Amino acid sequence: MFADLNFSLKSGQIMQLAGPNGAGKTSLLRIIAGFSVPDEGEILFQGQSITKYYEEYAQELLFIGHKTGVNVQLSAIENARFWLSINGYTNNPDLYPLLAKLGLVGLEDIPVRMLSAGQQRRVALVRLWLSNAKLWILDEPFTALDKSGVAFLQQRFTEHLNSNGAILLTTHQDLTTHFSNLQTVTLEYRH
Amino acid sequence: MTRQHSYWLLFSAVFSKDVKLAFRQRAEIVNPIIFFLIVISLFPLAIGPEPGLLARMAPGIIWVAALLSTMLGLDKLFRDDFNDGSLEQLIASSYPLSLSVLAKVAAHWVVTGLPLVFMTPLFALLLNLESAALMATVLTLLLGTALLSFIGAIGAALTVGLQKGGILMSLLVLPLYIPVLIFATSAIDTSSMSLDYSGQLAILGAMLLVAIISAPIAISSALKVSIS
Repeated sequence: MFADLNFSLKSGQIMQLAGPNGAGKTSLLRIIAGFSVPDEGEILFQGQSITKYYEEYAQELLFIGHKTGVNVQLSAIENARFWLSINGYTNNPDLYPLLAKLGLVGLEDIPVRMLSAGQQRRVALVRLWLSNAKLWILDEPFTALDKSGVAFLQQRFTEHLNSNGAILLTTHQDLTTHFSNLQTVTLEYRH
Repeated sequence: MTRQHSYWLLFSAVFSKDVKLAFRQRAEIVNPIIFFLIVISLFPLAIGPEPGLLARMAPGIIWVAALLSTMLGLDKLFRDDFNDGSLEQLIASSYPLSLSVLAKVAAHWVVTGLPLVFMTPLFALLLNLESAALMATVLTLLLGTALLSFIGAIGAALTVGLQKGGILMSLLVLPLYIPVLIFATSAIDTSSMSLDYSGQLAILGAMLLVAIISAPIAISSALKVSIS
């Protein structure tokens, strides 16, 4: 799908993968997250191959894909708690204020399937406020979000970058106005 | 936020999520039991209510029905997590996927296999099973259904990426169930003749131990192939 790719992402940097539909943005993100193995080449995290040291890499990785990993039978709170426990976060933060900040007041305890697409996306994005991972890999994080949601998310991105985090994302939004140090990798459509 | 590497925390989180989901969609638990009950009650109707014949066939009937009813829920075991992206979150959770898989299979057994064990006295009554064989039936179901969950989960993991994987999964898994069937029914037969059946139970137990150790590794590899 793609060849001759070589780029690096430093802490405090945000990088956008661009390219037309079908160029392989999602495939590349999944390779970088370690879900697929590339035919050739390797991914290094802090100088170490991610296939060899996947558990250490996963500690520092937060991945939110097209499929967000939110179970629609469970409530927003249950989803967040489950995500916290499978990632080893042992202290039990009060999630209600956080969900309220994300515009989910009164929706915390009903099954996520009753929520709208944008609200479901917000339930997944709660993790950005809970995680202390350094590297965020986000596939179309702005999908289905309204304007205030997009602004809120961009504000969180800035906080993460300021605390020396790194973000790799695909989106069709124009981010250059918000992030002056935005880097772009453009994939071309190949047959 | 403090983080702690605790395998138990992961296991209990995955296990309790699956059990909670099963109780929330109660049909998942109840349907296999009703299916089991109906299949078993069909036999006396079809072959006639001759007590001796039924008692002779009871172990086979109970076990074939148990095989088929555990197949019912298997298709769903990884399907939802595959479709909603939860599998990826489990892989990226910095814990081995095989541990999450172990928790999921254990939860599957608790909601589909264990209820059958508790229902055994009722089935024994329907099939005129000799009381000497009742204990053997309970014990073989206890060990055997757990084994069925582990073997079946391998098939479920291999076919989770396919649109209509259900039938293919049955074809893959049912032949692998044969050893369980042989030793379980043999144990019940032996017990109905008031002989010692601990040998067959020991073999079932040994197979279960091997499955607990090796099946999660096979299942997690199959899942990783399915999502890549």
